[in-house]
Amino acid sequence: MTSDGLQREGAFAHAILDADAAVPAALAHRDGRVPARRFAVYRNNVYAGLINTLESRFPATAKLVGEAFFRAMSREYVETTPPVSAVLLNYGADFPDFIGGFPPASAVPYLADVARIEWAWHAAYHAADAEPLSQEALTALGARAEAAAFKLHPSASVVRSRYPVITIWELTMRGGEDEPVRLPAGGEDALVLRPALQVEVRRLPQGGAAFIDALMAGATLQDAAVAAAGQEPAFDLAANLAGLMRSGALAGTR
Amino acid sequence: MTHHSKSLSGVAVAGAFAAALGLAATTTPAFAADEQEKCFGVAKAGANDCAAGAGTTCAGSSTIDYQGNAWKLVPKGTCTTMELPGGRKGSLTALDRDNPPA
Repeated sequence: MTSDGLQREGAFAHAILDADAAVPAALAHRDGRVPARRFAVYRNNVYAGLINTLESRFPATAKLVGEAFFRAMSREYVETTPPVSAVLLNYGADFPDFIGGFPPASAVPYLADVARIEWAWHAAYHAADAEPLSQEALTALGARAEAAAFKLHPSASVVRSRYPVITIWELTMRGGEDEPVRLPAGGEDALVLRPALQVEVRRLPQGGAAFIDALMAGATLQDAAVAAAGQEPAFDLAANLAGLMRSGALAGTR
Repeated sequence: MTHHSKSLSGVAVAGAFAAALGLAATTTPAFAADEQEKCFGVAKAGANDCAAGAGTTCAGSSTIDYQGNAWKLVPKGTCTTMELPGGRKGSLTALDRDNPPA
């Protein structure tokens, strides 16, 4: 494309996102009038499409703050963080961070973490399929296990939270916000993955997040255990490993 | 301090791995018995789950009833025995029938 064309494209993109911007000079009715109304419709459609995408991708987040708040917050996000890829599936990865830094949302301090769970869920849903290591394959590792570096399932990710975010997310998604529940006092760390066809959100035991982070970074089982125990003295290696095996999080060895 | 170094020696890690295998084996695996399967050719138009074949990209995008390359999650074991109009059957793999023109 010529630099002239690029410039025109840039001006068009800018005018779409900035509601106060003038209609790009290159656009005109056949009789020369400025198509202000039609451009406004186009601009609104771009916003509505992206906001609807966020709303369907972050349903619990939307429910927690209500539709009006969520859409207003999303509008700000779209304006400051338009898509950088033509693939709409990738849109919204940093929406949770945006929420964490969005002053009006600070009254709901766990909102960003709920959004992180939802993004992890979305990413897991669309991640590559992989067969978890079978009981037989794990047993065959035997004494070599301690020096082995495991490959985690491609769909797996960890969300750490100072809030009981899994409980909040579950209650919101099943419409049980009005149930009299005692929220757990501490935070909850989540392992989100899709071992087969269904996305699962699991609570990690103490030190579990540090353990998985180390494994994901390529540490051997031995080194990952040391790292986790260093962060969390109550870390129980056998229980954590059993959880990973059961959930199908171990997909191979490096 | 000795507690840590002791619990993380190679022997302890191997022992924990063996113990974990036992734990994982005695508890019902949460992932092995997935109760659903991908079933092709049974979804009504627009009611498919995600698929990636030609003419359809993702959830809700199928345009033909019982489209052969669109799938839907159904209870495990029920896909191929499902009775559909016109003598159609569900399939665990993509089908050639009822697809949109390429």
